[in-house]
Amino acid sequence: MSETKGRGAARTGERGTSDEGRRRSEAGMGRWVGPGSREASTAPLLEVDGLTVRLRVEGAQRAVLRDVSLAVRPGEALGLVGESGSGKSMTARAIDRLLPRGAEVSGQIRFDGADVMTLAGAGLRGYRNGVAMIFQDPRAHVNPVRRIGDFMTEALRTNLDVPAGEAYRRAADMLGQVGIDDGERRLRQYPHELSGGMLQRVMIAAALLTEPKLLLADEPTTALDVTTQAEVMAILDDLRREFGLAMLFITHDLELAAAICDRTAVMYAGQIVEVRESALLHDDPLHPYTAALAAARPDIAQTAHRLAAIPGRPLSAFEAPEDECAFAPRCPHARDICREATPELIGLDGGLSRCARAADLRGRLRPELAEGGQSDD
Amino acid sequence: MSTAIPLVTVQAPRGGRAVGLLRGTGAAGIASAAVILAATVVAVVGPALAPFSPTLPNLALAFVGPTGAHLFGFDYEGRDVLSRLLAGAQSSMLGPLAVVIGALVIGTLLAVIAAWRRGMVDAVISSSLDILFAFPGILLAVLAAAVFGAGLPAASISLAIAYMPYVARVLRGAALKERSQPYVAALEVQGASATSICLRHIVPNVMPLIVAQATILFGYAMVDLAAISFLGLGVQPPAANWGVMISENQVGIPQGYPLPALAAGACIVAIVIAFNVLGERLFEQAQGAR
Repeated sequence: MSETKGRGAARTGERGTSDEGRRRSEAGMGRWVGPGSREASTAPLLEVDGLTVRLRVEGAQRAVLRDVSLAVRPGEALGLVGESGSGKSMTARAIDRLLPRGAEVSGQIRFDGADVMTLAGAGLRGYRNGVAMIFQDPRAHVNPVRRIGDFMTEALRTNLDVPAGEAYRRAADMLGQVGIDDGERRLRQYPHELSGGMLQRVMIAAALLTEPKLLLADEPTTALDVTTQAEVMAILDDLRREFGLAMLFITHDLELAAAICDRTAVMYAGQIVEVRESALLHDDPLHPYTAALAAARPDIAQTAHRLAAIPGRPLSAFEAPEDECAFAPRCPHARDICREATPELIGLDGGLSRCARAADLRGRLRPELAEGGQSDD
Repeated sequence: MSTAIPLVTVQAPRGGRAVGLLRGTGAAGIASAAVILAATVVAVVGPALAPFSPTLPNLALAFVGPTGAHLFGFDYEGRDVLSRLLAGAQSSMLGPLAVVIGALVIGTLLAVIAAWRRGMVDAVISSSLDILFAFPGILLAVLAAAVFGAGLPAASISLAIAYMPYVARVLRGAALKERSQPYVAALEVQGASATSICLRHIVPNVMPLIVAQATILFGYAMVDLAAISFLGLGVQPPAANWGVMISENQVGIPQGYPLPALAAGACIVAIVIAFNVLGERLFEQAQGAR
């Protein structure tokens, strides 16, 4: 069920670079070849395999993530898209071992070949040095009574034993890279003296300072206003490519993920329902849910008489039925087969889809079609 | 062409946090701090200031009232009361200081460990603290005196143990709140160690509360230590100590010579009030800032 098992370890070429990442995404625009014939398939940097997380909700252990499998290769950006409660952030927290107490976890997470779930103490700290996280709300994720300089250099000074002077110099340089010119002065300021967009750029700079291999970006622009969003996204994207970092980019914005990421995984109710080359996700989805999401996005060119919506309401993972397709109750294409068992994630046209009728529906899920008729036959 | 106009930037108050903290406590707070400062100076250099020997008795002068050179007169053994007050400041201030430091260090440590680990560790620490709550400080001090012999060290240690749960309980709440702040998770994700997060972030951020606790506890400790010395289980005569002075000069009160006992009592009251006022102001400030 893991996508990496299918296409994976056959060839271990050279490690991915940012250039390769760019080439790959450009190649994806024009021609997309199947997983078997994929060029330069390197061993994944991060591999999540069959991750299931159960949490205590209203007195019972309920699954909030079900059988989540994904892989991020070095230098690659993978988008993780879904509604609120679909489990995107929970996936990131599981990867960073930040799950709430009492969480029951099964499945495997491997980073650079090491089993993340069994790390502890210094090993865990070392792993976390290699994985930087950028949070949704920068203001909440910085100690408000410490100066920016303290915040940015702390990891360098305490974890990597970089001398303070050197750490501050690097921090000021990095601020320049994220487009903050008067770095020296900013380092002496307190978080409350910076605007939200500025602070998020500081967070990005701080995340890059420790030279991680993987960035976990959990809706990094959601708390910013629209003009700042574009700026911060551009900086994040540029630097990621420049440093050759892999990124797991979490967002609820399908278009944004498509613009930034090489591949995008769509989550619904704690499951991954589709993984697809980003360029193809919007126009040629494999799963009815992705199609419905794409159709629900209003078109800026025309005034909609009525905004398209997915019938029903989004389910949290723990509300979703266990033994049928989680999206079936809201799906215009649902048939009896959908209610018989939870569909497996199957490979199709270079992507993966968790839809029992995926092959049936091939070519019938384009957004312009899904918009018009709620049923296909 | 154009001249650069320097931007006015808001600067964090210079001169450290202590001054900033104090400035917010108002006139009463500053006056209290002045009293405490004066007492501290006396405690440090007090014995040298004493114009007469604080321990050499002269029974011929017992309970003689104030004269020109002897501002507060003589005590029951004919020693200069002012000299004894000055010399006694040291043990009277040092005792509570030791109690407060002991209680704060252990209390903060336990509170932060409980807040950091939560779960089982927190449960064990919290219920142990509840058990300790059952023992009044004076009772522990009497016990300690019986086991280890009377004296300031035994009394101070037992009071430190008795006060520690109060510190730990208040700080555990504050530390728990701080622990759940997203920035702590962010630090964890950066690979910071638990010790480093606790010492560099959580403890400094609950520091105003620690300072407030310290000042309030100091007052209590002073009264309790004076009581223990009064009972004869603390500082041993003839060493000068305010609690001891009240104890030994109480015979003068029914005889019409209340000054020696009252002078020592007044010193204690003044300092306890000063610490309480300052502590309360600091606590209000710490709460208000939250």
